[in-house]
Amino acid sequence: MTYNFAFLDEDTKRMLRRALLKAVAIPGYQVPFGSREMPLPYGWGTGGIQVTAALLGPDDVLKVIDQGADDTTNAVNIRRFFSRVAGVATTEHTADATLIQTRHRIPETSLREDQILVFQVPEPEPLRTLEPREAETRTLHALADYGLMHVKLYEDIAQYGHIATSYDYPVLVDGRFLTSPSPIPKFDNPKLDRSPALMLFGAGREKRLYAIPPYTRVESLAFDDHPFEIQRWEHQCELCGSGESYLDEVVVDDRGTRMFVCSDTDFCSGRRVEAQA
Amino acid sequence: MYVAVKGGEQAIARSLELLAEARRGNTAVPELELAQIREQLRLGVARVMQEGSLYDEDLAALAIRQAAGDMLEAIFLLRAYRTTLPRFGYTLPLDTTAMRVRRRVSGTFKDIPGGQVLGPTYDYTQRLLEFDVAPVPHVAPAEAPLPSNMPRVLDLLDAEALIERIEPGNDPEPIDLTREPLTFPADRATRLQNLSRGDEGFLLGMAYSTQRGYAESHPFAGEIRMGEVDVSVCPEELGFVIEIGAIVLTECQMINQFHGGNGVPPQFTRGYGLTMGEGERKAMSMALVDRALRCDELAEPNYAPAQNQEFVLSHSDSVEASGFVQHLKLPHYVDFQAELSLLRTLAAQHAAPPPVKQGEAGRGSPALAPAQECATPPQLSPVAQGRESIEVQGT
Amino acid sequence: MSALLQVRGLSRHYGQRVGCEDVSFDLHPGELLCIVGESGSGKSTLLNTVAAQLAPSSGSVRYRQRSGGWLELSALSEADRRRLAREEWGFVTQNPRDGLRLNVSAGANVAERLMALGMRNYSQLRHIARGWLERVEIDPARIDDAPTSFSGGMQQRLQIARTLVTQPRLVFMDEPTAGLDVSVQARILDLLRRLVNELGLAAVMVTHDLAVARLLAARTIVMQGGRVVETGLTDQILDDPQHPYTQLLVSSVLTT
Repeated sequence: MTYNFAFLDEDTKRMLRRALLKAVAIPGYQVPFGSREMPLPYGWGTGGIQVTAALLGPDDVLKVIDQGADDTTNAVNIRRFFSRVAGVATTEHTADATLIQTRHRIPETSLREDQILVFQVPEPEPLRTLEPREAETRTLHALADYGLMHVKLYEDIAQYGHIATSYDYPVLVDGRFLTSPSPIPKFDNPKLDRSPALMLFGAGREKRLYAIPPYTRVESLAFDDHPFEIQRWEHQCELCGSGESYLDEVVVDDRGTRMFVCSDTDFCSGRRVEAQA
Repeated sequence: MYVAVKGGEQAIARSLELLAEARRGNTAVPELELAQIREQLRLGVARVMQEGSLYDEDLAALAIRQAAGDMLEAIFLLRAYRTTLPRFGYTLPLDTTAMRVRRRVSGTFKDIPGGQVLGPTYDYTQRLLEFDVAPVPHVAPAEAPLPSNMPRVLDLLDAEALIERIEPGNDPEPIDLTREPLTFPADRATRLQNLSRGDEGFLLGMAYSTQRGYAESHPFAGEIRMGEVDVSVCPEELGFVIEIGAIVLTECQMINQFHGGNGVPPQFTRGYGLTMGEGERKAMSMALVDRALRCDELAEPNYAPAQNQEFVLSHSDSVEASGFVQHLKLPHYVDFQAELSLLRTLAAQHAAPPPVKQGEAGRGSPALAPAQECATPPQLSPVAQGRESIEVQGT
Repeated sequence: MSALLQVRGLSRHYGQRVGCEDVSFDLHPGELLCIVGESGSGKSTLLNTVAAQLAPSSGSVRYRQRSGGWLELSALSEADRRRLAREEWGFVTQNPRDGLRLNVSAGANVAERLMALGMRNYSQLRHIARGWLERVEIDPARIDDAPTSFSGGMQQRLQIARTLVTQPRLVFMDEPTAGLDVSVQARILDLLRRLVNELGLAAVMVTHDLAVARLLAARTIVMQGGRVVETGLTDQILDDPQHPYTQLLVSSVLTT
């Protein structure tokens, strides 16, 4: 038997597109949707895959990254899936892609207006660890009652002297909705602010979609006297020499020797090719 | 010089080959046929159909074989396949009173109209491993055929107004939980859909907890019946009812004590469970949990896990739970790296506390979850990255 | 002077059972009103209905806004009700554990309502939180301690600080001293009396203890079986109780 283009039937795609339009119309608002069971486990990108499946056309060029890299197994598997069920062209080059599905990173290369970034989201509710009841968190969002989130940040500073949230750092979208940026490192948060590319977020297991439309104001929560800060390294990438990318720490021998390299593999290899030319 | 790990694609391809080989096992042993699974592992097939939400014995058998007997994986396979099926419409409500009963027992009355019918059950086997394959007994046909319309035990109580009345036709049209997201508070029809797809083990544990005092409801197994029920549809364009087949169902109606409240007099209340195929344990568990989840409606104190609908319904699904628990084996090294640098900062601060905290530090107030993880002693794990490399290179 | 809160013919039933029946009173700015009665008299039901946490079966509760306009509370949306509760009211529960956030520090508990109102300066939050801890006689050095490490009396004082830090216009208190030892009770009552005077609070307090009313309230309402049996100046009620039930209550206070 054969599957429909991009696996999902057209009715389901329409349902997803409607939900996505709503998400774009209300930036940062979590739109409940009839998440389908995908041939990939929940928690492995089922939300992202459904969004991608609803958007893909035959002319799209798809890039899939996990942890910034195109060659991690889950990224490979999702790319393989869409090659198989949609037959679309794939790429590892950020600049060549029309649609990028990502888990846990935003590419270092600046995105453009004609690109869409699709995030895989494990937990769309930024208040979940503070308030487990869904009925209550929805009310808090409806009333923009976000004092609770600041309690958490306050507590961090009281305990550690600074805000000890290093990834999935909560943001306020368009001055209205408290939103999870998905578990990207806070290093990537500034890339969300006024991004030219449309950013879509899919949480399959939790059955929620949300969006940050192009050029939307995205503010990382902080206190006036404890402003938001991103990670910094004392190292540069040992492969390409970049001093402004997010670095992975790699253990290279049994004695625990470390080296630091770019997490964004396409960005890193692009810089190396440039340097050789 | 270090070279970034490549080869995920080959690694996956090789892993799939290994999996296929392991699934097949020793090729000197004949491959299982689907008919063998369907006929000889019928309870496994029933569970996969039930939790996979798809009544198709052959597909369930295929899923079980492909999953090498891992029931949760087989359920997942069936669910993913189900997503791709076009939706023609909905059947008419099934009439379980008209069930062609093969088993029917009640724990509430010694004898009931229609009689207690044990049918095929493991209840009274003596659980001795049967090392020799026993010959298949020839089962003589029953002396008198079972009545085709066996009355329900609960209707006997209903006639005396001792049990809450279920008004037929009073039910609002249920939502389709496989098409619409679960939202809270969920009504009973939605809750039952969720429970019916829920993991048997989870429901069993939840049901058991109600018997051990976490929302005790003094249950009696009013009636459990299993047998075939006709399935009919009424296509809009035709305007008349067509019978499209029959399926095996197990239904459990629990009778639970209720002391009255919320303007309702003391009476028995009902808990309901229904599964496709033979699934008595699941149906009974479902009925107990259903009853526990009715606490708000009946103005009972809501304190136990089994009464908390957000807790029960959000965690009942094995496909959701299995995926999310197991997603932890995916690479998390970007987040891990973020936590690593944070932890180093904290460890350095611990060695030399910053002036901000002087005179008031370290009195042990608890932190919220993420911060608490950081508060563990700074034992740095050396191989977050190495593991991924090993996995990818082991091809 | 115009009232802050106007309650008229307020009833709340639970099915056939009466919670409170046909209660009317006014509360003026700066006034502390006590509702006295034994358990089951309907005083907590009345408090929760007045505070819009329970829907009334009939009757009206009106609240005068800063602008001078009246709000009918039963007509409020959930959003407006929460906004009022957050910005203009405070609620002190009998068990401090119900009113506190137990998994965060004392300082975060005091600062939460300020942050909910939009204060985003950490040092300022700390400064105010320390000040309030001091005001409720908790050592400010314990600002980062968990409320769970506090005694019952300290927890109640912390809840009072957490509630009053935003200087609410109206505070509801449900038996704030009931679960505590007598000596601890006295300290908290003393503290409340001081804060009420300093802040000019308007408050409705429920208590089963006429002695508490004598200490804090200018006016008192006595309830029995869901109905108001007597209402007036606290001193008058104590000196010259009219209703037999009040006479019984007063005699029990005077003899102890």
